[in-house]
Amino acid sequence: MVVVKLILEITDLAIEVSGKEILSDIDLYIGKGETHVLLGPNGSGKSTLFMAILGFPKYKVKAGEIIFKGENITNYSTTERVKMGIGVSFQNPPAIRGVKLQDLLKIEHGETDEELSPEMMDLVTKLKFDDRFIDRDVNLGFSGGEVKRSEILQLLAQKPDFIMFDEPDSGVDIENVELLAEEINTLLDKEKKPGMREKSGLLITHLGYILNFVNADTAHVLMDGKIACSGNPNEILEDIRKEGFKGCVECCNPIH
Amino acid sequence: MLQSDTLKKRAEKARKKKAALGEDIEIEKFEQEEAGEHEEIESLEELPEKHKETILKVGVEATGAGRAGSFLQIDQTGVCTSCSSESIELMNMKNALEKYDWLNDYMWKAVAVDTDKYTAETALRESSGYFIRALPGSREIFPIQACMFIGDTNVSQTVHNIIIAEENAELHIITGCTTGSDIQSALHIGVSEFYLKKGAKITFTMVHNWAEQVEVRPRTGVILGDDSTYISNYILTSPVRTIQSYPTAYCQGENSRTVFQSILGGQKDSVLDIGSRAILTGKNSSTEMISRAVSKDQSQIYARGHLAGKSPDVKGHLECMGLVLSDDSLIYSIPELEGSSTDLELSHEAAVGKIAEEEVLYLMSRGLTEDEAASMIVRGFLSMDITGLPPELAAETKRMLDLSLKGM
Repeated sequence: MVVVKLILEITDLAIEVSGKEILSDIDLYIGKGETHVLLGPNGSGKSTLFMAILGFPKYKVKAGEIIFKGENITNYSTTERVKMGIGVSFQNPPAIRGVKLQDLLKIEHGETDEELSPEMMDLVTKLKFDDRFIDRDVNLGFSGGEVKRSEILQLLAQKPDFIMFDEPDSGVDIENVELLAEEINTLLDKEKKPGMREKSGLLITHLGYILNFVNADTAHVLMDGKIACSGNPNEILEDIRKEGFKGCVECCNPIH
Repeated sequence: MLQSDTLKKRAEKARKKKAALGEDIEIEKFEQEEAGEHEEIESLEELPEKHKETILKVGVEATGAGRAGSFLQIDQTGVCTSCSSESIELMNMKNALEKYDWLNDYMWKAVAVDTDKYTAETALRESSGYFIRALPGSREIFPIQACMFIGDTNVSQTVHNIIIAEENAELHIITGCTTGSDIQSALHIGVSEFYLKKGAKITFTMVHNWAEQVEVRPRTGVILGDDSTYISNYILTSPVRTIQSYPTAYCQGENSRTVFQSILGGQKDSVLDIGSRAILTGKNSSTEMISRAVSKDQSQIYARGHLAGKSPDVKGHLECMGLVLSDDSLIYSIPELEGSSTDLELSHEAAVGKIAEEEVLYLMSRGLTEDEAASMIVRGFLSMDITGLPPELAAETKRMLDLSLKGM
């Protein structure tokens, strides 16, 4: 039997936001080299789980723990978690005036020169940006597709070990979804054989469209703040496509 | 340095007149050094190394590289005047007054001699300062650099500058004002009068870097002729005791235009009272004022703006944004719009707030610490794009700004 080394272990997690419990009894185990997908209708708590794993202060842990690379990070700051190797792609990141995308790329890639390195410039071009674009204030006036590509570009600079993508395909046209998917596959070591993969990921999506381009090992369905089921992504998606998330409600509250 | 008795009388009368704004400074408390106390030099390169470093921090390049000319005043003495441009005259005020009789017609016309005790003091003392004149139709892309330097402790420095851009001339000036590294307290009074003839353009970029106990009272007036443009950029991010300044542009000419851009960083217990005023009387004249202010520690920043539209078809807009970074600091934004004609358009937007937590968290999720994220956001907030400069000067100004923001 192959023993999968776990990169993320979430046990019995309960999260409260502004005094209201949003998530409870969450168990989620992601092995090294695995890609999981988190499905669920709007408002089911997907983004809350994302922010909680990232350690944003508004998301209070009321029970359970989060272990990353064998270390209990439940009380760690976002910065500490990111430095340990967690990376994220946001759905709607804020615009920051006067902070250029280029400045961020340099920090993320550990560069100190005034000019961005040729290695990074290649990535910039690959994501269909140019030197004028990266001189813009980050996310300020970016189109939906530009935001997503910029998030992926920043992850390529960071090279994290575990990456969470919050709705990476929402508001993106087909052509760009394929481009984004290709880079997500690179970030998640998909070109390597399953047993050889080092990078892990969690894709958050409510439509599952991105799964046509990025293969996931396991799917989880989040309903009303609880994981209703986990299993083979294709089977689960097929059920959802047939019956909607309605069927998941039944799994959540089985009627005997 | 007053030729006319009337002016002298008016100045005498205003000797005790408190300024309309700002803490009242006891001028007598400071020592009056005579002109000539410091030795004249041929080039800024003759300065001691530590002075060169100090002036470089306010954008004054001792080698003179990339500059059309240099002027340096230490305390009350104009010590260096050198100019390589054929389209610009740069002189010590004293020499200029000896050379040109007509210069008296420009004295105290853009700034009233009896504005307050500070203008009166400047008029009644033998003040140094520079005279810059851009010849008609000339276009010098390299800036003149001027430095007001306080070299002795507790002195009062008075400066009177006159800047004239003749018809269709384009002139760029960089001014750095600073104090020697061992200076604690001093008083700086700087009177600057700008005259822009038809079609002229002046950009005036000023960086202040005073010591913590220095009192600063600039008095600036700008008179704009037809189709002329005046652009003022002001950067202050280092501690000072108090500064109070309210430059006024008189847009008298048709289609004349002014832009005031200010970047203010309040540190320690500095009191910054900085405004810009435009009196729009020329048909179709316009103004734009943009300021960014960040208050830290116990600093107080008063960001004022006054737009007075006095004839039809004038336009003005004022934008003031502030970030308050400590509970003991203050940003007080006072925008004033005064419309006294039909068909004019004056507007303002002001916002004072805090650093958006969402932005801090975004940067933290890229690996920055909370403090690193906050200071990156503050620097970004202050590093507004300064517009209206030729590309070389814009790059130079950006460098000066980046340097100033390092201390924030």
